[in-house]
Amino acid sequence: MTPLRLIGALLLLGVAGMAPAQAERLIVSVSNHRVTVTPNYAGEELVLFGSVEKDAQTPPTRTAYDLVVTVRGPRADMVTRRKERKFGIWINTDSRQFLKVPGYLALFANRPFDAMAAAEVQRRQQLGLNNVLLTQRVGPDYADVVPNDVFRSAFVRLQSQHGLYREDTSAVTFLTPTLFRTGIPLPAAVPIGTYEVEIKLLADGAFVTKTETAFEIVKIGFEQFVASSARQNGFVYGLVTTAMALMTGWMASIVFRRD
Amino acid sequence: MQIYLPIADLPVNIFLLLAMGAAVGFVSGMFGIGGGFLMTPLLIFVGITPAVAVASVSSHIAASSFSGALSYWRRRAIDPSLASVLMIGGALGTALGVSTFTLLRSLGQLDLMIALSYVVLLTSVGGVMFWEGLRAMMRARQGAVATVRRPGSHVWVHGLPLKMRFKRSKIYVSVIPVVGIGLLIGFLGAVMGIGGGFILVPLLIYLLRVPTSTVIGTSMVLTLATMMIATMLHAMSNHLVDAVLALILMVGGVTGAQFGARAGQMIRGEQLRLLLGLLILAVGIRFAIELVIRPEDLFTIRETEVGR
Repeated sequence: MTPLRLIGALLLLGVAGMAPAQAERLIVSVSNHRVTVTPNYAGEELVLFGSVEKDAQTPPTRTAYDLVVTVRGPRADMVTRRKERKFGIWINTDSRQFLKVPGYLALFANRPFDAMAAAEVQRRQQLGLNNVLLTQRVGPDYADVVPNDVFRSAFVRLQSQHGLYREDTSAVTFLTPTLFRTGIPLPAAVPIGTYEVEIKLLADGAFVTKTETAFEIVKIGFEQFVASSARQNGFVYGLVTTAMALMTGWMASIVFRRD
Repeated sequence: MQIYLPIADLPVNIFLLLAMGAAVGFVSGMFGIGGGFLMTPLLIFVGITPAVAVASVSSHIAASSFSGALSYWRRRAIDPSLASVLMIGGALGTALGVSTFTLLRSLGQLDLMIALSYVVLLTSVGGVMFWEGLRAMMRARQGAVATVRRPGSHVWVHGLPLKMRFKRSKIYVSVIPVVGIGLLIGFLGAVMGIGGGFILVPLLIYLLRVPTSTVIGTSMVLTLATMMIATMLHAMSNHLVDAVLALILMVGGVTGAQFGARAGQMIRGEQLRLLLGLLILAVGIRFAIELVIRPEDLFTIRETEVGR
């Protein structure tokens, strides 16, 4: 190690030591970092384990902790449309585009968010489905709107119906005052990609520290091969499908030949 | 046995799909039609999105029309020159149809337009067929000689320029209406996921006066061409063709068609037309009801761009 780097490292340590919020450290691990989805996959549950490590700076009076685990799936642009009755029939009229929103979003906690912290803290730390940032494009503007916006609540409601968005304020359990665990349920229609897990520690209504981990969901098997080739090689896929159609038709005309 | 459809993104019972393919194949064999106008709605009703249904059914119709076209080819019941001119229009119409499909999809109005097209086309065509069949049956019951109404020897179509002789069909007609018919069928086929045989055959008979000996075979060649092009274009532009779904439907469809063809020979012509008219009308009305009643959920979500 060069002297310069050594100084740098010492400085970093010093800074970390000086910050009063860094009194605790979170150590977490997911039961599986790579979930493979096979054709007969019917959903799965991962388990996240962790512990709160105290150090000398921890106030001795602090004994109870609150934990919020946020799992975010791969991001995509989504559009929500609303039907209205026009000329006697129901047609899509209004729509809102949601930009780079997670395809899977789960928030787990050990007790209701309201009991943990004030509304302002909840909002700043994005605790709860109502406080998570979901960017919408409204005309030329990009913004998240109030939680009770009809498009936002419809979006969250529809995603929740598919098991893709969820909030459970009793999912995190403390096994000892510092050791905790939670399950991460993954439905069958789970999007593939990288999932970010963010674990936030709160105490006495204030944010203390956070840590991050991740896991990956990959789909394997014939179906996934078909889906990815349809997306990536549309031309070849079309040719193969057309050839398949011709082969089937030709075979039928031979098998069932009547003349 | 559940099977996961990769593009439709949906687990479906494989036997349900096979049965649907066989049932539609039976009907199509019985009436000598492609059956797309039944297959696409059935897929929509089991929960497959209209876009995937339309795109996948096009390859299914390509298969059934190819097996039909082959047997008509062996019987020399296809007019190759008429089929080629129709195909020019068909190719253009299909390309136009797929780009309209893509545009409507981005505007979020595709499902509505598919449903509306079904309502308009099926209720009108089905209504006319049903009425015609009913009148023919009533005449037969009264004992009158069932006279096939022949159009006048000079329809407006025959006054158009650019005339061409189609030898095997023994007709001498302008290419403008031929290309026009191809264009229409190609466009409707790509947007609605139908072969269009039930519109094409009457048009060829009444407008161009193609003889019955070549009309079905020639229409099958056009259907085959437009549906192959539609499959290619849907696969390339919208990535919506579900090959697994299409294959299951094809296998069920070609099998069912054989039994349907035998059953069709046992029923009288006008009864057959009446039944077909009733069937087409029923599908049209089903779509109309769907549009009028209040949907369970007013909101829908769709992914526009994968941000991976």
